[in-house]
Amino acid sequence: MSDRNDAALIPALSAIELTEIDAEIAHVPYRSAVAIDALKIVQAHRGWVSDESLRAIARHLDMSADELDGVATFYNLIYRRPVGDRVILLCNSISCWIKGCEGLREQITGQLGVGLGETTADNRYTLLPVTCLGACDKAPVMMVGDELHENVEALSLQAIFGDSGGDK
Amino acid sequence: MPVITIDGVAYEVQQGQNLLESCLSLGLDLPYFCWHPAMGSIGACRQCALVQYQNAEDTRGRIVMGCMTPVTDGAIFSLAGDKARHFREAIVESLMLNHPHDCPVCAEGGECHLQDMTVMVGHRDRHYRGRKNTHRNQYLGPLINHEMNRCITCYRCTRYYRDYAGGTDLAAMAAHDHIYFGRHQEGVLQSEFAGNLVEVCPTGVFTDKTLVHDYTRKWDLQSAPSVCVGCGVGCNTLPGERYGRLKRVHNRFNADVNGYFLCDRGRFGAGFVNSENALSYPGLREADGRYRALDHHDALHRMAESCARGKLAGIGSPRTSVEANFLLRELVGSQNYAPGFSDAEQLLVNLALELQQQSPAVIPDISTIESADAVLVLGEDVTNTAPRIALALRQSVRNKAYELAADLKLETWQDAAIRNLAQDQRSPLFIAAVADTPLDEVALQRLSLAPDAIAALGRAVADSIRGNTPATLAAPLDTLARDIAAALGAAKRPLVISGTGCASAPVMCAAQAVANALVDSGKQAMLCLCVPEANSLGQAMLAGPQAPDLEQLGKRAASGELDTLVVLENDLYRRGSRARINALLEAFSQVIVLDGLDNDTTSAATLALPAASFAESEGTLVSLEGRAQRYFPVFQPRDERRPSWVWLLACMKELEQPQAHALHHFDDITRACAAQVPALAGITAAAPDLHYLNLGVKIPRQPPRYSGRTAMRANISVHEPKQREDEETALAFTMEGLNRNQPAALLPWVWSPGWNSNQSVQKFQTHPGGPLKGGTAGVRLLHPGAQHSNGPTQGQQPGPLNDADDSQNPQDGRWQLVPRQRIFGSDELSALSPAIAELAGPGYIEINAVDAAALGVTPGAGVHVGDGLATLEVRVNDTVAAGCAGFSIGLAGTDNLIPLAVVTLSRAEGWRPRPQIIARDRGTGPGGTHV
Amino acid sequence: MSLDLPLTRNVRPDRAPTGFDAYEANGGYRGLRAAIGMSPADCLQIVKDSNLRGRGGAGFPTGMKWSFVPMDNPGGGHKYLICNADEMEPGTFKDRLLLECDPHQLIEGMICAAYTIQADVAYIFIRAEYHKAARLLREAIAVCYDKGYLGRDILGSGYTLDMQVHSSAGRYICGEETALISSLEGKRANPRAKPPFPQVSGLWGRPTIVNNVETLCNIHHIIERGADWFQALGLTEDAGTKLYGVSGRVKNPGCWELPMGTPIREIIEKHAGGMADGYQLRGFLPGGGSTDFLTPDHLDLAMDYGTIGKAGSRMGTGTMIILDDKTCPVGFVKNLMEFFARESCGFCTPCRDGLPWSAQVLDDIESGRGQAEDMDTLARQVEFIGAIGNTHCALAPGAMEPLQSALKYFREDFERHISGSACPWCDGGAH
Repeated sequence: MSDRNDAALIPALSAIELTEIDAEIAHVPYRSAVAIDALKIVQAHRGWVSDESLRAIARHLDMSADELDGVATFYNLIYRRPVGDRVILLCNSISCWIKGCEGLREQITGQLGVGLGETTADNRYTLLPVTCLGACDKAPVMMVGDELHENVEALSLQAIFGDSGGDK
Repeated sequence: MPVITIDGVAYEVQQGQNLLESCLSLGLDLPYFCWHPAMGSIGACRQCALVQYQNAEDTRGRIVMGCMTPVTDGAIFSLAGDKARHFREAIVESLMLNHPHDCPVCAEGGECHLQDMTVMVGHRDRHYRGRKNTHRNQYLGPLINHEMNRCITCYRCTRYYRDYAGGTDLAAMAAHDHIYFGRHQEGVLQSEFAGNLVEVCPTGVFTDKTLVHDYTRKWDLQSAPSVCVGCGVGCNTLPGERYGRLKRVHNRFNADVNGYFLCDRGRFGAGFVNSENALSYPGLREADGRYRALDHHDALHRMAESCARGKLAGIGSPRTSVEANFLLRELVGSQNYAPGFSDAEQLLVNLALELQQQSPAVIPDISTIESADAVLVLGEDVTNTAPRIALALRQSVRNKAYELAADLKLETWQDAAIRNLAQDQRSPLFIAAVADTPLDEVALQRLSLAPDAIAALGRAVADSIRGNTPATLAAPLDTLARDIAAALGAAKRPLVISGTGCASAPVMCAAQAVANALVDSGKQAMLCLCVPEANSLGQAMLAGPQAPDLEQLGKRAASGELDTLVVLENDLYRRGSRARINALLEAFSQVIVLDGLDNDTTSAATLALPAASFAESEGTLVSLEGRAQRYFPVFQPRDERRPSWVWLLACMKELEQPQAHALHHFDDITRACAAQVPALAGITAAAPDLHYLNLGVKIPRQPPRYSGRTAMRANISVHEPKQREDEETALAFTMEGLNRNQPAALLPWVWSPGWNSNQSVQKFQTHPGGPLKGGTAGVRLLHPGAQHSNGPTQGQQPGPLNDADDSQNPQDGRWQLVPRQRIFGSDELSALSPAIAELAGPGYIEINAVDAAALGVTPGAGVHVGDGLATLEVRVNDTVAAGCAGFSIGLAGTDNLIPLAVVTLSRAEGWRPRPQIIARDRGTGPGGTHV
Repeated sequence: MSLDLPLTRNVRPDRAPTGFDAYEANGGYRGLRAAIGMSPADCLQIVKDSNLRGRGGAGFPTGMKWSFVPMDNPGGGHKYLICNADEMEPGTFKDRLLLECDPHQLIEGMICAAYTIQADVAYIFIRAEYHKAARLLREAIAVCYDKGYLGRDILGSGYTLDMQVHSSAGRYICGEETALISSLEGKRANPRAKPPFPQVSGLWGRPTIVNNVETLCNIHHIIERGADWFQALGLTEDAGTKLYGVSGRVKNPGCWELPMGTPIREIIEKHAGGMADGYQLRGFLPGGGSTDFLTPDHLDLAMDYGTIGKAGSRMGTGTMIILDDKTCPVGFVKNLMEFFARESCGFCTPCRDGLPWSAQVLDDIESGRGQAEDMDTLARQVEFIGAIGNTHCALAPGAMEPLQSALKYFREDFERHISGSACPWCDGGAH
């Protein structure tokens, strides 16, 4: 009963978020069809999708928070928990596994002090596994933020993470 | 009809079925989970596998899903072969990987479809050695318990809750083997039909919390066919009892009425039967105002003495049986018998009956409502007054989808495909109401109007259908009226729904006018008029339009013409303002009240007699569609409680009234009533009489596995008493007898070997989802068009009975009070059930923002209504029609508010809401947002 | 002999994207002009005659797929073309090349395909991680609107097409065409049962075609140069060229456009440079993570749909993953199984619960906790999950392909794990 009367508690989406979401809505037959786009837009601005953000999006799309959460939690690249400034997507699919991505993960863990699913204490990085990144000829690969790193070796990690290495 | 071969045997099957339906229709045990006869197929669980062979030469075959395979002539299948069997076993083994195996402490145990299917596929040895996934559970409110670890991810819950019932606050979360069915955050499930999750879930994820807290296994429940007393729809129910307590209410399948589903008022609203406020002994008021308990002989003697001495009047009740009401009318004489409505409602219910009798339109049952391809709702908030009909309307708007599907030659059971095809395209539904209603979300158009304006809109629609120039309506209503007329006119099976819910006679008349116009234009139109209580229509039929109302009885008592009043199962304080009812009761020197619960009316009685509840007695109720249905005692009333008809008949015999001479059994009363009241002539056919034997034996209320009969009373005596013989019905209070193929009205429980869950109902149906083998329970008493008169009926609008003001024109500082019906709280008895009471909350006034600003109130503030009629919390709802103030009719604090009265509202300075229970059992676990 | 390699002719050695001017200068958008000069029915006939088969993995004939789209459209509602650029099949890295190096080629192919089925809206459904490709495509689409190749009345033909890029939010299952449609509708990406096929009831219930990037990149070439030309490109009965890839322990992992039917040995030994020093070839998955193993015995087979199918595997995406002698086959299969278990949408039982179970058994074996009965369990799982029709979509049967062939070709390796209670390749499997 309280659910439907908590509008006042939901923080508004920013003007730019609304503009971007509404631009997507213009292309589809009903508002909830842009659920994934809207989640990505808000995530791009806020880093992740908090419960509050999710409810604000749901209201804007005329759908329940429950339905939107069902969508949000289905997709692995919608973050429903806070992540660091940059997300490390470490490919652990077959070609990268052959080329030693597990060792690479241990290296990263050692260097940044985080396991899979964890965020560094300085909030700079979150380490996540990801499905095959489609660069198997350059295995092992990983993405840091939007940038793809190919043929990653232990030695190249220092360059990628800079002074984050070893602070843990 | 196609002929298919299964395991070498040729079978003729029904065209349009899927293979699973065909197998079940043939009596073949094919396990399944995700398919549901009311919801169709999606192919998720992969349990109903068979092997299909291309032709006679094909020896390998391939696995197909029964639920996803249309039956085609000549198709060859194997159900019993190793390949199919091993596959089905592997499915169960997979489903059980993460299942907690907590059957001993699970409320579903003993009626669990997962248990049944596990046994059916022969799965025994577990090979999986890994860890089990676990989940956190959520608090879902006072009705439903959540235990996600038991989930087998069949998707039935969300398909039912969202796709079928239109709920939005339950969803599948996450992916792969982490899927979680729950809410975004824990909290009360918002759907009015959430309780069906208990029956839809094939295992123990969603269970009945009221049962969990007072638990008995299904096999230990004694039950009998019953009818819900929560509203006028007349859903068929199976209440279960143990140790003299009503433990739970399950759905009793009726293809024409409730199908597989109940509303939450019906399912969880019978807890009043166990109330601590139930009357158990007769009470006589002494001179000092206190009550002295009597035994029933003494009480009967007192009652007869008062009746013999006094000038009798009787007030019956629309919430109890035709038979009890009939006896009371016999006892006091029809000229002294009021049916027990409020005076305004008496006119409205009589009008509803008259409008239906005089209309040529079809009076639809619920399955027919589901077939409507265009619907107009006038004034009625169906979800809150006749909830099960709202669930049917949610299916009716899908007829557009079925039309699109037919173009692609999709069968109606291809549920996911049809939803993907149609997306949000729906058949037209128009709603005009005093404010928003839950069905608005599936309506093509909705608008808020004051009752008189709703009626004007309806009349304009009727005019437009007839091609007449509609009476002047302000734009945009004129256009809307034409749009509605066009949509109804373009439909094959248009339906008009209205009722007593907004208390307006003109609205109901307008609804009939629309239906009549449609019929006259050659349509198979339907007219459905909702009435408030389980036997409202029966009371109108019994008492007739000439019966006195409370006002008239009161006047005659005041004049000394009457002095002794018998009130039958009716809290009169819900029928008029406190002052008026006080005056009425004070006009009588003797007030004899029969009721099951302590209430203000029993408190005013000189003699109070404890009446058995619906669960402890038999009777006939007439539903809003004019269907007479019989309910039977589930268990014997305790202490000195007696069914009202027993009290009344005994009293009449004590008085040696001649009309009681021939009445020995309950059935005799039914027959006498049918003989005397033409409108009720059909009620004897509602169910077989007490002499019915099923292949020579009675029908058992206890299932074959009923246990502990010797032990139940061992703390009192180790000698098991003889089971009481039921001398009034064809049912027995034992497990001996035969529950098979008898008329549907006598179905006390569903169970079949290997099918311990409610899914066993398919063994009692002609085909899955089809009518019961014993026919359809109940008998229709209304025959449309029988008294069709051409002229439109002009309903007499009851004047507002508000003593303070009877002006009809709202003006500055005055509002017309419009009822806002609440599924939880507006009905008397269900609101006395603890779980429902928790959801009902206190009464409130609803006004729109403009009016709120004019009054200077904000949400949560208090307002005084009229001159001391009530002081209530304000809710601001911008959909409330201008000039109207909604009030939560029936909820605490609204007793003095009379529908359609015009009142003043004023801000109540310093008002504070009363503290209320937020949740009884919240916060017992970690809870929180799902993970 | 200079090979005619239409798909990669604009791919530069540095893999820099080819812009509009360079694209058009090199013959770009001639196919589009050719297409709109013909009737849609004629275009369809050419594509049918070309024997083009879908390059996304299933190899369904493209022209036939299109022919199920209703061409009379009395209601006048939308029809959709969707490019499946959700490349996520393990070991597959061919579409990225086409997307990043030559975005206009895809757009031209899509316009021609959309014209053929008379779609009025086209989407490119691209995986979230392909940021660069998505940006390039958006820029290229904007140019095309400016040039009149997209939008209203394309080049005065009266044909109107809108195109946009939808960037996904993850999940391998989105590559399944009906799951992709669910996702594009903003829903959970559960696949849908067929029938009805997307051609009649797809995106928002409307007729929809979903094609892979590489498939669509062929269309304008075929329409411009004809079915016979395309047929002649292939070395065997399958037509055209194909992007083949090799990853794993080879000297020169990479992706090359070669005539359809190029022998496997040529791809691995010539183009990929053979096995890396110190490594022997034990087997390979010919077309991505959901195809059956082949072995060195199969090296001389032609890499086309029919030949690979007869050998007991599938050509899939045409990107091979090499299993070398220093990599544990059990670990290899376990990695794939864990991938598929994690990427199951969770809709149907065999996939949702069966794949994690299989992965758990493989983990037990790989970790030295295997028991003799585990071999039976795995065989039963293959039987239970491995056939199309047992599951709701093709994900789980695909997941079983490496396992079932590994049990055939590398059974002794599994048994050595169990009998020795340890992985002979030591802990991790791969080094």
